[in-house]
Amino acid sequence: MTTTTATPSPAATTSQSVRQQQWREFWFYFSASKTAVAGLVFLIGVILVALFADFISPHLPAEQYREFAETPPAWMEGGQMRFFLGTDYAGRDMLSRIIHGARLSLLAGCIVVLLAASIGIFLGLVAGFKGGWVETIIMRVMDTIMAVPGLLMALVLVALLGPGLLNAMVAIAITYMPSFVRLARASTINEMNRDYVTASRVAGAGPLRLMFIRILPNCMAPLIVQGTLSFSTAILDTAALGFLGMGAQAPLPEWGTLIAENRDLMLSAPWTVTFPGIAILLAVLAINLMGDGLRDALDPKLKRS
Amino acid sequence: MALLDICNLSVEFATAHGALKAVDGVDLKLDEGEIVAIVGESGSGKSVAMLALMGLLPWTAKVTADRMLFDGQDLLTMSAKQRRKIIGKDISMIFQEPMTSLNPCFSVGHQISEVLAQHFGGSRRSHKARTIELLQQVGIPAAEARLKAYPHQLSGGMCQRVMIAMMIACQPKLLIADEPTTALDVTIQAQILELLVELQQANGMALVLITHDMAVVAETADRVVVQYAGQQVEQRAVKDLFENPRHPYTQALLRALPEHSQGELLNAIPGVVPGQLDRPVGCLFNPRCEHVQEHCRQTPPTRNEDILCHYPLPLAGQKL
Amino acid sequence: MNQPLIKARDLHKYYPVKSGFLQADKSLQALSGASFDLYAGQTLAVVGESGCGKSTLARLLTLIENPTAGQLTLDGIDVSMAADSATKKQLRQTVQMVFQDPFGSLNPRQKIGDILQEPLIINTNMTAEQRKQEVLTMMARVGLRDEHFHRYPHMFSGGQRQRIAIARALILKPKIVVLDEPVSALDVSIQAQVLNLLIELQQEMGLAYVFISHDLSVVQHIADQVLVMYLGKPVEQGASEAVFSNPQHPYTQALLSATPQANTERKRQRIKLIGELPSPLNPPTGCTFHPRCQHATAQCKTITPEMEPRGDVSVACLLVK
Repeated sequence: MTTTTATPSPAATTSQSVRQQQWREFWFYFSASKTAVAGLVFLIGVILVALFADFISPHLPAEQYREFAETPPAWMEGGQMRFFLGTDYAGRDMLSRIIHGARLSLLAGCIVVLLAASIGIFLGLVAGFKGGWVETIIMRVMDTIMAVPGLLMALVLVALLGPGLLNAMVAIAITYMPSFVRLARASTINEMNRDYVTASRVAGAGPLRLMFIRILPNCMAPLIVQGTLSFSTAILDTAALGFLGMGAQAPLPEWGTLIAENRDLMLSAPWTVTFPGIAILLAVLAINLMGDGLRDALDPKLKRS
Repeated sequence: MALLDICNLSVEFATAHGALKAVDGVDLKLDEGEIVAIVGESGSGKSVAMLALMGLLPWTAKVTADRMLFDGQDLLTMSAKQRRKIIGKDISMIFQEPMTSLNPCFSVGHQISEVLAQHFGGSRRSHKARTIELLQQVGIPAAEARLKAYPHQLSGGMCQRVMIAMMIACQPKLLIADEPTTALDVTIQAQILELLVELQQANGMALVLITHDMAVVAETADRVVVQYAGQQVEQRAVKDLFENPRHPYTQALLRALPEHSQGELLNAIPGVVPGQLDRPVGCLFNPRCEHVQEHCRQTPPTRNEDILCHYPLPLAGQKL
Repeated sequence: MNQPLIKARDLHKYYPVKSGFLQADKSLQALSGASFDLYAGQTLAVVGESGCGKSTLARLLTLIENPTAGQLTLDGIDVSMAADSATKKQLRQTVQMVFQDPFGSLNPRQKIGDILQEPLIINTNMTAEQRKQEVLTMMARVGLRDEHFHRYPHMFSGGQRQRIAIARALILKPKIVVLDEPVSALDVSIQAQVLNLLIELQQEMGLAYVFISHDLSVVQHIADQVLVMYLGKPVEQGASEAVFSNPQHPYTQALLSATPQANTERKRQRIKLIGELPSPLNPPTGCTFHPRCQHATAQCKTITPEMEPRGDVSVACLLVK
């Protein structure tokens, strides 16, 4: 088909109104997917819960009510409204622990993605831009990391660094780096041959300027989507490490650790493991749905008009 | 009975900024063996109109027409299944970018055989023989050896020939060529155009040639349709149009060609084609028209002898 | 006569191409021997089809790459000696480029104001206020409005983007502008506007243009000199009127006859070119055009013709006397 003229958008005179227009256009595409909006709403809910955990949660997460240990949730026989989702083996309120756990899970997601993305994107840009032996070394190191199953590698790293939430996050971040490196490198190689990069070169731009100020913004779309999906996987992996006892250590109410602590009660007091599990499920689902919507909105080829 | 009879075809797209009327009231009647060129610039809707005919537009497009008949059959009310029988067999289309129009994963021979299998059935051996025949017909040397070639191994001109072979495989009654030579070098362009005209004459096909290149139109077509901003502004026999353009846009377009320049500067048309959001009231061409009058700014023109203008330019020898 | 702005002598550019583990590298002869002089206020058109080396020539002239052989002098400075960054910086302000694709040559994530300021930021010490003023002046000159400063490229039409690209090329006030098919992707009416703008700017600023195009009707209108290239080699060169009115090389003749004209009366005898363009990795021996030339003789297969002056033009053909 012949190229069509870009229909000039309505008069956008100031910098601000241009930006507003862009947000409006983004929202148009994003909101076309109802599930993405639902995911976003749920995620905002989780973030709010995490922020206001201290005010929302009915009890302190670490407070033990020994007499009420293993109380079922309010709607089951023997339950009470005071402990809405029941209590665990030590008499701690499940609802409060899950609410506070949201904080830890979100934190884990953020730190993992930030670490993996910042280092990964930097390495990917350099690899794509420089080529040669620099690229070869970076890519082979990443290949090696990818060759080992993610969780196993994280376990090994945590075993080396010592168990703990922070170490778990660093370990997981390392296993996520290769995907960012690959994406950034592929985008860089694609963009490098475009005319506007040549034009910048002819104007005299040096390599640093070219890499970070010119090329990077154009690679952001797949990276943002990867970041969103890594966020949800990070929560899962942190939970997995927590479950294996190598991540967040008790009494931190991280969702995976909650399940680990109450493992023995799986049959006798199933609510102690079910509700943290559901929390993980819903959070990851919401983020994935949102990520799908983001990808549709950011991918120019899928744009409809 | 005309082979193709389109009356008042309109296509509207639903976009982020509201509805966009890409095609507005296009008429086209075509007889067997005719060559009609549709000429226009970006945003004229020339490709969209033909894609609407083929049913190849996305779901956001709304196609309306008073009449859209091909060989007596109504394309508007046809079911998808019936349409599939016609598209590719009786009506075919070739596109602008030959390298990307072919599937890169399959060999050239396979792709042509696929078309034959879809519409005719029959054995693989008969398809192979017919494929070789087709490749020879479009002027590809060493046709049998090329059956196993992949699109990326062929040059742009070769790919376009393969596309043409694919599209005439079923001996269509109508071939639509959407800017078939724009992406090709000028010597290859001449070869491909010549090939199209040869095939058209040999098979008695009707040919619709969509292009923005007036020079190609002058040398190839019998009749010309000029489109501007989705509307059909003029439709005449090619010789008449070039000697005596009657719509101001056609005249301006011809004058803007480098070969018609007098002096240093070219005769550019001021302004730009209206987009979705700045469509003028009245005649769409009025902001750029040399002969504009007050009436043109208020009222949209109606078609008058195939010319969409309140004040068409006079024929040579005719008084205003 | 003052010094030519560009003095090119026998420019060559070869690219090594790996061909297998144990075989020697082949070389892609992208450009073999281009020579020309270009003065201020003049336009040299480089004409040819895919693979003729015109883009390579553009890259050499804009200093994106260095020639493998030959001499290139820009505004009196020998490019092969320009090793230090100060000279390179100065040369950058002498030669600028306008690209073919109006959609791809502008960074989609940058506002127009930023795109136009970038060359100034890199190469001058102007303050932000001075830069903005300079940019607005240039924008007005190419026919854009002040409010376009804050917009993104996708908000403009093809013709407007090409104007932005021209503004970007001229913002450093260069003396030479290399234009790589600047109007090929534009509609006819917009093409006329942009060409007029280029012609006006050339007269105003005394620019020298190297105009690369495959569209002979545009070239005929705008060029003073023409250089016709085939598979990396120049085949005919001279004043544009002379080349167009009396083409002597068989390839030039074929090109001209293949170009359609908006004239229904014309019954042209098209010179048929047999076959396809050969691969530049494996150019034919002798005259590279001989496999497709109607008049080829035995000696054309073995002897490589050089550019010889024949009247007003130079032609590289053994059969032109």
